[in-house]
Amino acid sequence: MRKYGLSLATAAMIAVGGSALIGSAAQAAGGGAHPPQPDYSFTGMFGSFDRAELQRGLQVYTGVCAACHGLDLVRFRELEALGYSEDQIKAFAATYSVEDGPNEDGDMYDRPGEPKDRFPAPFPNVQAAAASNGGKAPPDLSLIVKNRAHGLGSIGLNFVDMLKGGEFATGAAYVSALLGHGYVEEPTMADKMSCLAANPGESHEAYEARLEEFEVPAGGHFNKWFPGCAIKMPNPLYEDAVEYADGTPATPEQMAHDVSVFLTWASEPTLEARKEMGIKALLFLIVFTGILIAVKRNIWRNVKKA
Amino acid sequence: MSNHAAPDFKNPVIRWVDSRLPVFSYVYAEYGVFPMPKNLNYFWNFGALAAVVLVTMILTGIMLAMQYTPHVDMAFNSVERIMRDVNYGWLLRYIHMNGASMFFITVYIHVYRGMYYGSYKAPRELLWILGVVILVLMMATAFMGYVLPWGQMSFWGATVITNLFSAFPGIGDAIVTWLWGGFSVDNPTLNRFFALHYLLPFVIFAVVALHVVALHVVKSNNPTGVEPRGPQDTVPFHPYFTAKDSVGLGVFLIVFAFFVFFAPNYMGHPDNYIPADPLVTPPHIVPEWYFLPFYAILRSFVDGWWPYEVVFGWWASAKLAGVLAMFGSLLVLAVLPWLDTSKVRSCRYRPMYKWAVILFLIDFVILGWVGGKPAEEPYVTIAQGATMYYFFHFLILTPLIGWIERPKPLPASISESVLQKSAAK
Repeated sequence: MRKYGLSLATAAMIAVGGSALIGSAAQAAGGGAHPPQPDYSFTGMFGSFDRAELQRGLQVYTGVCAACHGLDLVRFRELEALGYSEDQIKAFAATYSVEDGPNEDGDMYDRPGEPKDRFPAPFPNVQAAAASNGGKAPPDLSLIVKNRAHGLGSIGLNFVDMLKGGEFATGAAYVSALLGHGYVEEPTMADKMSCLAANPGESHEAYEARLEEFEVPAGGHFNKWFPGCAIKMPNPLYEDAVEYADGTPATPEQMAHDVSVFLTWASEPTLEARKEMGIKALLFLIVFTGILIAVKRNIWRNVKKA
Repeated sequence: MSNHAAPDFKNPVIRWVDSRLPVFSYVYAEYGVFPMPKNLNYFWNFGALAAVVLVTMILTGIMLAMQYTPHVDMAFNSVERIMRDVNYGWLLRYIHMNGASMFFITVYIHVYRGMYYGSYKAPRELLWILGVVILVLMMATAFMGYVLPWGQMSFWGATVITNLFSAFPGIGDAIVTWLWGGFSVDNPTLNRFFALHYLLPFVIFAVVALHVVALHVVKSNNPTGVEPRGPQDTVPFHPYFTAKDSVGLGVFLIVFAFFVFFAPNYMGHPDNYIPADPLVTPPHIVPEWYFLPFYAILRSFVDGWWPYEVVFGWWASAKLAGVLAMFGSLLVLAVLPWLDTSKVRSCRYRPMYKWAVILFLIDFVILGWVGGKPAEEPYVTIAQGATMYYFFHFLILTPLIGWIERPKPLPASISESVLQKSAAK
C-alpha cells in the first residue's frame, strides 16, 4: 500500500504544494470587508452564462454605463454569444456611429457601426474622459471583473474557492455590490468599516475615531464597497433606469446583478468554451491515466522493490 | 556512458544512418537499456515532468510570440487579442501562464527530492550545480515573461526588481539605466525583455541537455543513496521507467489541466489585467508566487535588524545586503555538496539531518507565505527569522550535523534493502 501512499502524496504535493507554498499574494487594497458573494451561474466546473441575464446586462451597459465607460475590447459580432442572431447584431451595431477613414480625400468620416467594430469609446481620449468626469477617467469595463477579483492571487486563502471553480466571481460580486447596494446616504460605522481598513498597528480607538471623522471629499460619493469609501462616480442606477425587453422589473439590485454578469462575459468571453473543453480533457486524462497505471503495474509485476 | 553494445538493427535505413550518426544506438543505450535503480519512488518523476513542461512552454511560447506585439502601446491589447480573437489563443496563453507555475512546482519538488535523498553528493556535484543554473535561468526567464503582458504588475514588478541593481555602490545606477535601455522601464525595456524571454528557454534547454548528459554518466541516485551493485539492483529504463514516468505524467497533466481549464487565473494577480500605468502605483506590488520565498529574504534586510548590522551594516546598505542575500540564497544551494559533511546520502539513514531537511521545507514555505504579505508586523519579524533559519540551515546546521550525527547502518545493496523490507512485511 506504501506505493499508493507515495503516489497520492505526490499528486497532493503538486496540487497543494503550490498553494501551501504561496500564501496570499495580495489582499484587496483599502477595504476591510468583501461584498457578499451571490450565486452566479457561471461558477463551478459546469458553469455557464444565463443568456437572459447577459441580454439584460447588455441593456444596462448600453443604457447607463456606456455614457462614461468604454468596452474597448469587445466587438459587436461577439454579442452572438448572448443569444442574438446575426441580423440583430447588424441592426444593433448600426445604431452606433463609428469613425473610419481616411477616405480618398484624406478625410475621416463617420459611418454606421458594423459587427466587426468594437464598442466605440465614449470619449476621444483619456484626458477628455478625465476632464468630463471631475479629473478621473472612468475605467474601461472590458476586464473590470477580472481585475477587481480579490480571490485571484490570494492563493493560500482561496484554495477551497478555487476547487469550487469560483474563479473571478468575486470581481462580479464587487461590481454588483458596488452598484446595487454600495451607495449609502447616511453611512454607519459598519458601512465605513467595510471600505476603510485599520492601518497596521493602529489601535481600535484610533481606528474608530478615524472612521468617525471620515468625510467624503467634495465631488465624491460614499460607497461602502469602494476601497477608501469615496468614489467619484455618482450612483448610476435608479429604479427603472432601463426598461428591460423581457419585462423583468428593473430594480437597482437587478440591474447591478445583470450588468455584473454581462461584464464577466466581457472579461472572459471564452469561459464556456474553456469549461466545456476542460471537462472533456479531464475525462480523457483520468481514463488515460488509469490505463497507464494498469500498464505500469503489469510491467512491474515481477520486480521486487521497496 | 552505458556499456551495452548497439543492437543489430534490421532496417537498412536505420543501419545506414546509425553507422554514420549513431542516434538510434544512443537512444537504445540511454533510454532503452539504460540501468535505473529499481527502487526509485515517484519523487523521481519530477525531472521528467519538468522536461515535459519546458517543452510545453517553448511550444506554446513560440505560438504566442507569433501573435504578440512587444510595444508599450500594444502589448496589453495584443495579449487580449490572443485571449479573444486568436483561435484557441486563450488555451495557448493559459497553458503558458500556468505552465510557468507548473514548471516551478515540479522543479521545486525535484530540487527538494535531491536535498532529501542527498542526490547532490559525489559524484553528482556538477549534475546538481547544473540544476541550480537551470533554476536561476528559469527565474530570469519567468520574471521577464511576466513583464510581457504589460499589465500593472508587469510594469511595477519590472520597476522594483530592476531597481534592485541600483543597490550596488558606484555602478548601480549605471547598471539600471543599461538594463532599462533608458531612464525608466519603457519600450526599450519591454523589447529587450521579449528578446531575452525568447532566447533564454533555449539556453535552459541546452543546460538541461548537459544536466541529462551528466546524469547519464553518474546515473540516478535512489532512495537508499547506495549505488547499485549490479544488475540485480537495476531495471532497464524501457519499459520500466517509460511506464512509471508515464503514470506520473498522467497524474500531473490532470492537475495541470484542472488549473488551465477551471482556475487559470488562480495563481496570477488580478492587477495584471489592468494596463500598465507608470503614474499609478498598485497598493501592494508582489512578485509571482514562485519568487515569494526569495522576495521575503530580500525584504528582511532593513536598518536596525541585528544580523544585518553585524554582517553587512559596516560595509553595505540594507538594500544591497538584501540583494546579496537573495542571490546568496541560490548560491548557497550550488555549494551544498561541500557544505554537507556527511558521507551518507539518503535521509533515510540520517536520523538527525532528516528532521533538519523537513524543517527547512517548512521554513521555505513560511518564507513564501510572508513574502506575499505587506511589509508590516508581525510579518517582518517572521520573515527575518525565517531568513536567518534559511542560511543557518545551509551554513551551520548542514556541516554540523554531518559531523555529529551517527547514521543508521546502510544496506549492503539496493536488493538487500528491498529484501529486508519485504521480510518486515
